[in-house]
Parts: sequence; structure tokens; C-alpha cells
Amino acid sequence: MKLGTQGRGRVIVPQGIHLPTMRAIAALLAAWLLLAIGSLVFGEQTIAFPRAWRSLLGRGASDEIFIVQSLRAPRLLMAFLVGSSLALSGAILQAVIKNPLAAPDVIGISGGASVGAVAFITYLSSHVSIHWMPVASMIGAVAAAGLVYWLAWKDGAQPLRLVLVGIGIGSLLSALTSFMLVFSPSYSASSSYIWLTGTIYGSTWVEVTVLLPWVLLFGVLLYGFKGAMNVQLLGDELAIGLGSRVQRNRMVLILISVGLAGAAVSMGGVIGFVGLIAPHIARKLVGPVAHRLLPVAALTGGVVVAFADLVARTIFLPLDIPVGVFTSGIGAPFFIYLLYRTRKQ
Amino acid sequence: MEARQKNAAAQVLGLAIGVVLLAASAAASIRFGFQTISWSDMMGAFTHYREDSMEQVIVRTARLPRALIAISVGASLALAGALMQAVTRNPLASPSVLGINQGASFAIVLAITVFGWSNGQMLVWVSFGGAFIAAAAAYVLGSLGRDGLSPLRVILGGSAIVALYSSATQGLLVRNENGLQDVMFWLAGSIAARDLQLLAMVIPYMIIGWAAAMILSPQLNILALGEELARGLGQRVGLIRLVAGFIVVLLAGGSVAVAGPIGLIGIIVPHIARYLAGQDHRWLLPYCAVYGAVLLLLADVLARFIIMPEEVPVGIMTSVIGAPFFIYIARRELRNR
Repeated sequence: MKLGTQGRGRVIVPQGIHLPTMRAIAALLAAWLLLAIGSLVFGEQTIAFPRAWRSLLGRGASDEIFIVQSLRAPRLLMAFLVGSSLALSGAILQAVIKNPLAAPDVIGISGGASVGAVAFITYLSSHVSIHWMPVASMIGAVAAAGLVYWLAWKDGAQPLRLVLVGIGIGSLLSALTSFMLVFSPSYSASSSYIWLTGTIYGSTWVEVTVLLPWVLLFGVLLYGFKGAMNVQLLGDELAIGLGSRVQRNRMVLILISVGLAGAAVSMGGVIGFVGLIAPHIARKLVGPVAHRLLPVAALTGGVVVAFADLVARTIFLPLDIPVGVFTSGIGAPFFIYLLYRTRKQ
Repeated sequence: MEARQKNAAAQVLGLAIGVVLLAASAAASIRFGFQTISWSDMMGAFTHYREDSMEQVIVRTARLPRALIAISVGASLALAGALMQAVTRNPLASPSVLGINQGASFAIVLAITVFGWSNGQMLVWVSFGGAFIAAAAAYVLGSLGRDGLSPLRVILGGSAIVALYSSATQGLLVRNENGLQDVMFWLAGSIAARDLQLLAMVIPYMIIGWAAAMILSPQLNILALGEELARGLGQRVGLIRLVAGFIVVLLAGGSVAVAGPIGLIGIIVPHIARYLAGQDHRWLLPYCAVYGAVLLLLADVLARFIIMPEEVPVGIMTSVIGAPFFIYIARRELRNR
């Protein structure tokens, strides 16, 4: 970590253009562009790129326009938004809790968001606009995060305890979720269930417009607090010595993280392990400094989910495998590897 | 863990109390529910069964099978938990925490949705197969433990395996919306409206598992001294682990085939039993079997009353009881390190 301090107590981070960051961003953008093309072209019906492009602009055969404009394009954007939010959420948690194992689904935040969202689908969705769904899900996420944090608190929230309490609360929350599923009418049970699996299947522009404002809001907030996130990396004593309001900033950062995860889960379900993997990839690429890490992590998360979704919906055609199955398949072994690698801590 | 030695009389007394509790909760399980059954009808159903008495029919066809399933599943899951905790020397190990239950239920859902199998006998074997694969994964995870993965980290790894299995199970079910409600009830862990035939198919394997666990118990006491010491005393540690693993597969796989993945029994009961019986596995295991049956019976009775006339799947009840327990033990472990 190349963070230094100067006499007046300001944290100095290296200024100027950071070549690896630029390279990483360029590579990720290129990867995303390729994925975008792939996502518009491939599917149950392959539409060659020139025609897909024309359909995107609204010229071409009407069925192809429908497929590209109403099915594939919103799904692609959704993948990107959900992936970025989860990645940012995980990146914040890993920095604040100072634990490489932290991620919204590991410490119970996603579980809380699921309870909120399933409650919304079961009890409210018939008479309240879907625009409120992220709010329901964020309320659940905040409640779960608060509970986990409170139970894990004892002279500070020690990382391993946080994760273990998160698992315990997680099993309680999933019991709650299945309780609601078992006793809801079957049409809402099956829509809840599809949603729970972590899938962006059937995303429309409505869902995109529901999610987008929240991602932008928390993204901008996070941009304002990126300096505070760097200070968190220094450790409490040094940070307090520098006059930083460590505890307050930590609380704000955690709230941003919970908000991002809650919003993402409300629209995409629990797409497992993205919030764990993406920040790790990003940190390998550009290191831990927040103003480099955050954009790269967001792009990585977006690319990971877009890629996983493209593979999941094309590899077993005509089956459309939920993207969460695919990310868990990669993420779970990676998590165990991380556990093993960090065992001496 | 302090070594608590008790004399045989006290142990027998504790076990006898457990058996009395077991009889009482079995009677409660048969009597109470949406329809309360009188003592005379309950006894009558066994002594002079009359098909024109609705109460007696309920006892014979619904309540009694249910109580028997609760007893055998509760005992099996508790024993499986105790074996896993003994072999891994990990107080949080249990079939639901390390993914064995979820592996078995994934295999069953796979067999039903993808291959269209519905034959009960076949599904029992599928369940064993799924439990076996999951146990192998847990074993690999546990062996990472021997060069430095602490017990708590093994539990974290288990949670990742659980997450993987549950997302794969959900992925299979999303394809299959018809009948989702039925499967949901089973997947939440339920012993309501189960066929006694299903129990008849797995009970031989469970009994083998119970007996084998008892035969293994002196060896578990030696293993509890530590791997090095056990080896020094001439124990074939690897073999003991392997045998214990197979028993866990039989017990957990059989339970899931009958009742779905009922969580956290395997973690709660061994701790209660250890508190009552001490560390000697020759006593600990029977305690686990008896008190595991009692716990599942009582949880099931409770599950009928919470939102009468509907019933909560009993797996949800055990999760709600077990989660605080899990957190309590996890916190205690962290403190003891």
C-alpha cells in the first residue's frame, strides 16, 4: 500500500495518470463492448451483428427489433448495473472490515435484502409500484446488517466473528424466506422463487429504470467518500491521529455498501459471490487505493455478470440457466481458496 | 472442553429421563394438532382399531407415521452431527452446516426434475449418492484443516458449499414451476403427510447407521484425545474417519430422503447431550439419539400451532431455534481461541 501522510495531516495518494489503472479500464471497456455485441447477437435466435445493430436502432424486421430492443438490450444493461453494484458493495466491505472474505452475501446483507424483496412480492406487489421494491429490499438489508453487526460487536467487530454471525443470521433469514414462499399463493411464490435464484431473466426497461437511479445515487455518494475509504485502510489509530472521523465514515461507507447491495438484490436476486470475486480481481489489477479500485471493481463486476449471464443463457440452449448458479459455481471454490490462502491471519 | 466423568447410575438415569420425555413428546405429537385426539381414541387406535372412528383413522394414517418419522429422523440427524463433531473435532460441524443435507436434496431434485425419476427406492439411493459426494467435499475441506485451516474457517468453507448447492437446486427448480409448491414444502424440511412406506425404505439403513455409530463410539473417545495421540495408541485414524463418514452419509442421506433437509438439529443436540452426558461417546451417542428425537417431535408439535390451521415446515422451526444457538457457539469458540 503506497499511502503516505504529509505534515498537515492530509492523506496523500499518488496523483497523475496511473498507467495500470488506465490499461485495466481500457481492457475492461473493450471486454464489455465485446460482451455487449455477443449478448445482442447470441441467444435462442442468432441475429448477425449488422442486423442486430440495425434492430437496436429500430430499423429491421419487427421480431428482431423486439428481441434486441426489448429482451437483450435491457438484460445486458441490467447485468452490468447489478454486477457493478455488487462489486462496489463488496469492495467497500472488504476495505472497511479489513477482511478479504467480506462480501454482501457472506455477511447476511443479501439474505436480509431477499427477505425484504420476497415480502414485497408476496404482500405488496399487487397494489404498490415496483419502484418501491428496492426500498423494501434495502430496509431488509439494513436490518440484517445492523443485526449482524450488533451481534458480532464486542470491543469492535472482529472480521471472523462478523462472518460467522453472518452465516447464522443467514440461515435464519433463509428460513424466513422459505416461510413466506411456502405460505404465499402459488403465482407469487413462483415469481419470488425465480427472482431468488439470482437471475436477470426477463429484465425489461422498467427494471433498468428502477435500479439506475439508486446505483447513480450511491455511486456519487461513494465518489464523495473515496478519500474516507482510503483512510479506513490505514487502521484506526493512525486514522484517528490524522483527525479523521473514522467511526462515522465507516458507518456511512457501510450504509452505502448495504444500499448498493440491497438495490442490486431487489432487481437481480442473489447473484452469489460477485461481490466477493470482482473486488479481488480489481485489487490484483490496480491495488487497494480507492479512487483506482472503485471504478475498476465496478467495471469488473459488470463484465463478470454480463459474461456469466451470456454463458448461462446460451450454453445449454434452449435452457436459460439462472446466472446465479453460474457465479456460485465459480465463486464457491474461489471463496474456499481464499479461506485457505488467508489461513495464517 | 473439560472432561466430565459421571458414574454409570447417573448416566442411566439421564437416559431414562430422556426416554420418558421421548414417550411424552411422542404422545403429544399423536394427540395434539388441528384435531385433538382423546386418550381413549389414541389407545383405541392400537388396541381395537375401528375404521369408522375419524380420530382413530387420523392416529393411524397421519399422526403415528409422523411421530415415527420425527423420531427416526431426529435421532439420525443428531447422531450424524455428533459423529461429524467428533471426527472433525469441530464444535460447529453438522450435516446442514457442511452441506451434506443440501447435497442430498440437490441430488433428489436433480433426479426428479431432469431425469423424471419418481420411484421412492431409487430416490433413496440418489439421496445417499448426493450425501456421499457432499461428504467427500466436506472431507477435502476438513483435510485442508489439518495443515492450518482452523475449525471456524472450515465452517466458512462449508457455507460456501451450501450456497453453491442451494443456488444449483434453485436453478433446477426455476425450470419447473409446476409442483413448485410441493417441492418447496419438502425443501424447507417437512415431516407432514409423509408416507410410512418411505420410512420403511430407509429405516434399515438408519438402524445400520445407529448400530455402527455405537460400535464406533470407543474409537471416537480415543480420537477425541487428538490425532497424534490416537495414532500413538495404534488407532487407524484414517479408517475411523472413513467409517464415520459412511455412517454420516447413511444417516443424513436417509433423513433427507424422508423429510427433506431439516437444518441445525445436528448442531444443537450434540451440545445439549454433551452438557448432560459428558464427553464419553459410549454415553453421548445414545443421549444424542434420544434427545434428537425429542427435539424434532416437539418442534413438529409447535409447528402445527404457530399459524393454525396451516402448518409451518418443521425445518423452518429448527432453523429458527438453531440459528441463535449456532451464533452462541460460534462466539464461544472465538472467545476460547
